[in-house]
Amino acid sequence: MFFSPFISKSEGVAAIMLKVLLALLPGISLYVWYFGPAILVSIALASITALATEAAMLKLRKRPIAPFLKDNSALLTAWLLALSIPPLAPWWMVVVGTAFAIAIAKHLYGGLGSNMFNPAMVGYAVLIISFPMQMTHWLAPQGLVLAELSFAQQLQYIFSGVLPNGLTLDAITMATPLDTLKTHLHLDESVQQILNMPIYGQIGGHGSEMVAWGFLFGGLYLLASRIISWHIPFTYLGTLFVIAWIFHLADPTHYVAPLFHWFSGAAILGAFFILTDPVSSPTTNKGRLIYAAGAALLTYLIRTFGGFPDGVAFATLLMNICVPLIVLYTQPKVFGKKDGGKKDDQP
Amino acid sequence: MRTLYHFHGGVHPPSNKTQSTRLAIAPAPLPSRLIVPLHQHAGETAKPVVQAGDHVLKGQLIGMPDGFVSSAVHAPTSGTIAAIDMQLIAHPSGLPNLCATLIPDGKDEWIELEPVKNYRDHSTTELQHLLRMAGVVGLGGAAFPSDIKLRLGKQKIKTLILNGAECEPYITCDDMLMRERAAEIVQGAEILRFMLDADEVLYGVEDNKPEAIAALQQAITASGSALQQSKRHEVVAIPTIYPGGSAKQLIRVLTGLEVPSGKLPTDIGVQCFNVATAYTVHRALAHGEPLLSRIVTVAGNVREARNYEALIGTPIDELVALSEALPDTNGYIMGGPMMGFALPGMSGPGPAVHVPMVKATNCIIVSSEKLFPPPPPAMPCIRCTRCVEVCPADLQPQDLFWFAQSKEFGRAQTFSLFDCIECGACSYVCPSHIPLVQYYRFAKSEIRAREHDKQLADQARDRHEFHEQRIEREKREKAEKLAAKEKAAQAAKLAAQPLTAEQQAELANLATSREHIRELAQSAVEHTTENTGAN
Repeated sequence: MFFSPFISKSEGVAAIMLKVLLALLPGISLYVWYFGPAILVSIALASITALATEAAMLKLRKRPIAPFLKDNSALLTAWLLALSIPPLAPWWMVVVGTAFAIAIAKHLYGGLGSNMFNPAMVGYAVLIISFPMQMTHWLAPQGLVLAELSFAQQLQYIFSGVLPNGLTLDAITMATPLDTLKTHLHLDESVQQILNMPIYGQIGGHGSEMVAWGFLFGGLYLLASRIISWHIPFTYLGTLFVIAWIFHLADPTHYVAPLFHWFSGAAILGAFFILTDPVSSPTTNKGRLIYAAGAALLTYLIRTFGGFPDGVAFATLLMNICVPLIVLYTQPKVFGKKDGGKKDDQP
Repeated sequence: MRTLYHFHGGVHPPSNKTQSTRLAIAPAPLPSRLIVPLHQHAGETAKPVVQAGDHVLKGQLIGMPDGFVSSAVHAPTSGTIAAIDMQLIAHPSGLPNLCATLIPDGKDEWIELEPVKNYRDHSTTELQHLLRMAGVVGLGGAAFPSDIKLRLGKQKIKTLILNGAECEPYITCDDMLMRERAAEIVQGAEILRFMLDADEVLYGVEDNKPEAIAALQQAITASGSALQQSKRHEVVAIPTIYPGGSAKQLIRVLTGLEVPSGKLPTDIGVQCFNVATAYTVHRALAHGEPLLSRIVTVAGNVREARNYEALIGTPIDELVALSEALPDTNGYIMGGPMMGFALPGMSGPGPAVHVPMVKATNCIIVSSEKLFPPPPPAMPCIRCTRCVEVCPADLQPQDLFWFAQSKEFGRAQTFSLFDCIECGACSYVCPSHIPLVQYYRFAKSEIRAREHDKQLADQARDRHEFHEQRIEREKREKAEKLAAKEKAAQAAKLAAQPLTAEQQAELANLATSREHIRELAQSAVEHTTENTGAN
């Protein structure tokens, strides 16, 4: 016989992770719509690598393999990493990044539940530091460049690095909207001039802003199904908005509008899917506010004044370091240890 | 409308209460034998005052309260004491305890009862004693002797709370008691109010029990004139949420006050009793009847779930038989599915052991694999904080789990482990299926055991230090004696030499004390040997 409580309403870890995967689908669908199916290859490649690495590490660590492979957590890491790197990245980059994320960032720290850093972001950081050039070759949205690759040609490039005759990488890829903005600002162009370039859409990048809408939709589903709480995404996006707004108000020719920051790069994905990783984020609500605000500030600073095209990954990792301290100093008052009692939360 | 307050967290498990409220409370027939544990209450075991072979009457004292926190135990019916020995009882530990086995003679013959005509003529101390000797304990589950909760220091009690929340799934014994015997509950509550000199009486009943609420209200109105002379009684429908029936949470909901950590409700002017306890208080004083029976819900995997009024000591298998357990039964749970425990000797192969029901037995849930499937293997904690969201004590269950698991008991205490009320809400929602409460119980018992060990160690250290001091003192005395001996030896040496007249005179002087010096030297030598031998 087991111990009380004898009943449970828990859906299980695997079901939670599955819901998060499902919540990524609208964004992924729009990704495919605007940028072609190459991203699906990255996702598949990362998934297979993640599961294989997970199984190998579990075996080395003498842990039961089946229950952990079925928990969907490795798949989630794989998908988030695949969505963070260029879809046309060579296959070995996807494999190296994913294997590093699972083996080093997850299992060497103790496996599921024990990793201090978000594994997908560790994988991303390793790739952008080791292979900065390949990490800037993003697929241009369809209809914006002269040459477009067929799916077979994309596959050929991913796995062999060979492009069809007469094509160079520059003809089919381009920098991200954030990166382009930064480069052209350095050339002393104004924000208004830059945003007239065809790569930009209504709010952010052409195509990529729609993908961000997809992730926003999925993120709201996570909120509605109470898998994540509002604290991190709202604080993150709110702080990012306020900081960007202040700079934008002060000097609109050099600092882009706040909504551009929301719908560019990984801001929405980060707010709802990356920063909310329960394992590597704070467990207290007050701590979540500090964590998300800090991440937003770092994102803005890295994007605007730093050397990397986007700041979400490094902001996440830097804030991950602070989590134990944040949690320690934001412990809520325990029942019976509050001052007063009657004053607070009357319904 | 009274302003209600809110406590953090809570869960809404399926209530499963309607199954056992369709039928009225049924008196359980006299069982073939009664096994009455002498330790059914919080505190010290009652001292048996009958022997095997004795004939006893219904209501006769068989266990005398022993110690401050203790309560009396009585014969639930007339018959013969077959044995007083160790038997398996309803306790999570599965350890046996002292029980009186009674073979009923079927006559159900009472002792002479001595009802209290008007309790207002008696002093509170007298009434406390009567309740203690009537074996009245809290019937909500903790079985804490009621007389002690009525013993006040300097505190003034403003609010007396009658707990009729009954928030655990399946359990309906209080609900049915309120529906059927509301008048006696109200009278018992007024006795308690009188004893505490409280200003108001609030009956906290979850709003999923409209019949009980109506019955109580009617009973209060009916006994209007009597109550109006005293103070206000009010039934308050509170939101249905588990664990809303936990005393601290109920006090918070009704008064907005939080019982400070480590303090008692009386410290903030509130006292809390279960409605069934109030009923028992009334029976004990107005009728002189000691606590011999209680209402118990039999539910779960049975043909007909129902509440029974059963004698304390009724073997649980005989009780369950009244509701007919279904064939795939795999065990019995005492209490609710959130905080109850699996009864020992009731599951698995082999003959069932006749574990008896006790004063704390509010519910027996017959379990089956289908009803309560064993949880899947636990996964690591992913810090999702669903447990934090539901914790009614505002704790960080995921951190407490971590500290308990890594045996960092000091940190667990810093993170308020002992403010955990073990309601099980955290385990109920844990996606990793970690038996969290079990970890907290483990940590608490380890800490208590260590504190006990530390006390013993402190005592041992004190004894040791005393011993060291004694040795030191003895050494000092020995050294003093040795010095004396040396002096004597020198004197002897002097005696061996040719003596001057002066020296002879001195020696003569010395001779008088020689006998004495020898004695001293002798004793010093003896002492040395003794000490060397001892060391």
